[in-house]
Amino acid sequence: MITLGDYLVVSAILFTIGFAGVMLRRNLIVILMSLELMLNAANLSLVAFSRFRVGPNGLPDYNAQVLVFFVITVAAAEVAVGLALLVALYRARQTTDVADIASLKF
Amino acid sequence: MNSFYPWLILLAPFASATVITLFTLRWKSLSSAISITAVLVSFFCSCLVFAHSAATAPAFVWLDLPPIFRVPLGLTLDQLSRTMAVVVSGVGALIHIYSLGYMRDDEGKSRYFAALSLFMFAMLGIVFANNFVMLFIFWELVGFTSYVLIGHWFFRDAAADAANKAFITTRIGDFGFMTGILMIWMTTGSVVFAEIAPRMPMFGSHATFVAIVALLIFCGAVGKSAQFPLHVWLPDAMEGPTPVSALIHAATMVAAGVYMLVRVAFIIQASQTALLVVAWIGTITAVMAALIATQQDDIKRILAYSTLSQLGYMVMAVGLASNEAAMFHLFTHAFFKALLFLAAGSVIVMLHHEQNIWKMGGLRRKLPITFATFAAGALALIGCPPFSGFFSKDAILAVAYQHNLPIFAVALFTAFLTAFYVIRMLVIVFFGDPRSDSAREGHESPPVMTMPLVVLAILATLGGFAFFARKFLTLPTEKGAAVIVPALAIIALILGVGLAFTLYRGRATEAVKVELLRRKFYFDEFYGWLIYWTQELLARVAAFIDRWVIDAGAVGGSSRGTWGIGALLRLIQVGNLQAYAFLFGLGVIALIYFAVMR
Repeated sequence: MITLGDYLVVSAILFTIGFAGVMLRRNLIVILMSLELMLNAANLSLVAFSRFRVGPNGLPDYNAQVLVFFVITVAAAEVAVGLALLVALYRARQTTDVADIASLKF
Repeated sequence: MNSFYPWLILLAPFASATVITLFTLRWKSLSSAISITAVLVSFFCSCLVFAHSAATAPAFVWLDLPPIFRVPLGLTLDQLSRTMAVVVSGVGALIHIYSLGYMRDDEGKSRYFAALSLFMFAMLGIVFANNFVMLFIFWELVGFTSYVLIGHWFFRDAAADAANKAFITTRIGDFGFMTGILMIWMTTGSVVFAEIAPRMPMFGSHATFVAIVALLIFCGAVGKSAQFPLHVWLPDAMEGPTPVSALIHAATMVAAGVYMLVRVAFIIQASQTALLVVAWIGTITAVMAALIATQQDDIKRILAYSTLSQLGYMVMAVGLASNEAAMFHLFTHAFFKALLFLAAGSVIVMLHHEQNIWKMGGLRRKLPITFATFAAGALALIGCPPFSGFFSKDAILAVAYQHNLPIFAVALFTAFLTAFYVIRMLVIVFFGDPRSDSAREGHESPPVMTMPLVVLAILATLGGFAFFARKFLTLPTEKGAAVIVPALAIIALILGVGLAFTLYRGRATEAVKVELLRRKFYFDEFYGWLIYWTQELLARVAAFIDRWVIDAGAVGGSSRGTWGIGALLRLIQVGNLQAYAFLFGLGVIALIYFAVMR
């Protein structure tokens, strides 16, 4: 029997992997992918909550699932903007390595 | 009888000043003609007003802020102001005519006559003002015209400095005067003399308050009438043209302080303390100025110190609550002091603007008319019977004898000193041998200058007799002491004259030198030192506040604070994108913690 706790553990693992990727990787494309991973980890826990919260009529709580659609939409927009910035940055600097983008450093 | 001509006394000189300043500055003789016409109109109207004792003038309301503040523009036409107007415009007319001769070659003749007309306007305004606000406005106008006329030869540093000194010194007194006026208005709710007098009981029993108000009002007179300790400006004011010295700094403006005190005597007399202070200030001024005058070498400065001394007598009389005696002396003094200055002016012009008495000598044969008139003025000044000064000074001495013996003693000593220094001047200037080339080859002044001298000499001689003076003034009534006071005064006079003759007859240099008196009791040095140090101290405090509180604290502090915080904050800018993200995450967590958990 798979419980809510199992889903949440998987979600936490995915989120941690994503977070570690954002924090540690140097390539901007990978960082963007890790961000997506974190968003999907959140989606997974939302869907799990929806599935395990059953109302008196025997149906799951759809609110969380609606929220997931919103997240997916926003994530698509975010990826579009993020990749566009990335392309622009690459054209300007010929690099996607965050260590090379340090103009604001004092 | 309500008629407009009393206003004409004021408006004629004002119109003259306006027309000259706006239109006729380039035509000098026309300007002087306008000015003299105006002053003659004033004099004529003054005589008319004087003759018609029932005359009244229409009054206007200038400021009306009911119920607390109401300033009418009206003329006081009582015996005091009518007499004063005749004296002021009469002496003024003579001096205008004399100026025609004295200033005939002056570049700024139009400017001079415009200022003279403005002065007549302001001075007559003081005489006729029926409320404190009007009085104060004309009071300041007089100060301004005095400034302009002292500094007439402004290209000379001494004249420009003297003008500044006169203006600033009198300003100190005027500050007190204005404060006094405000306190009176605050208490009685009125600025009109006739309304204040019946409301004096509103001051109640606050003796100290009344004394303070009276002394603040007196401050104005101290400044304008050059009483101790604000007397320093008057001798320096002699840098102006001599007719100006005669008109403003001897006969009229400096007497305005005394006139004002007589006008508001009901306030001064409400406080015994104030009366005593006024009397002693007058006495101190009289004796101090007389002492200084004994050692001066400049003919105009000797006359200036004698003016101070005589003003001291008048203020003393006011302080002894005898307005009649004060006004009597003011009346005679106006004539003989204007005469002395104009005669001195005649001497000075003849000697090509030489004012040192030791460069003169033997002038009685060269300038017979000037000598005769100067001698008449001098004898009136020292109080020699039967000249006018004898009667008026005797009246003041009699009052002093009755009320305050110490003051009487000092006043008697001053009379002795007066006789001494006036005769000293007379002997050195007109007797002995000529002591300079210009004194050897002089000639008498033109009639336009000697004619006013003769008129004034007649007035100075006759002005004291009761039959003449009674027409103009309420003479002080002498009770008791009628014999002893004139006797003592004549003894002092003879002593002073005798001493001056024995010391200075035939001498070409100073007989006795007293450095303390030659340096005028070091008043100028003391004030210079005082102003230097108070100003220095004030400047240092101001500089400290500016440099350390405003510059370093407010301006520099905020800039350095911003800079320091910026320096701290930029340490966070490490240039690592993930560090920013990490810090951002920490921030979010902290926000959530504070928003949710707390």
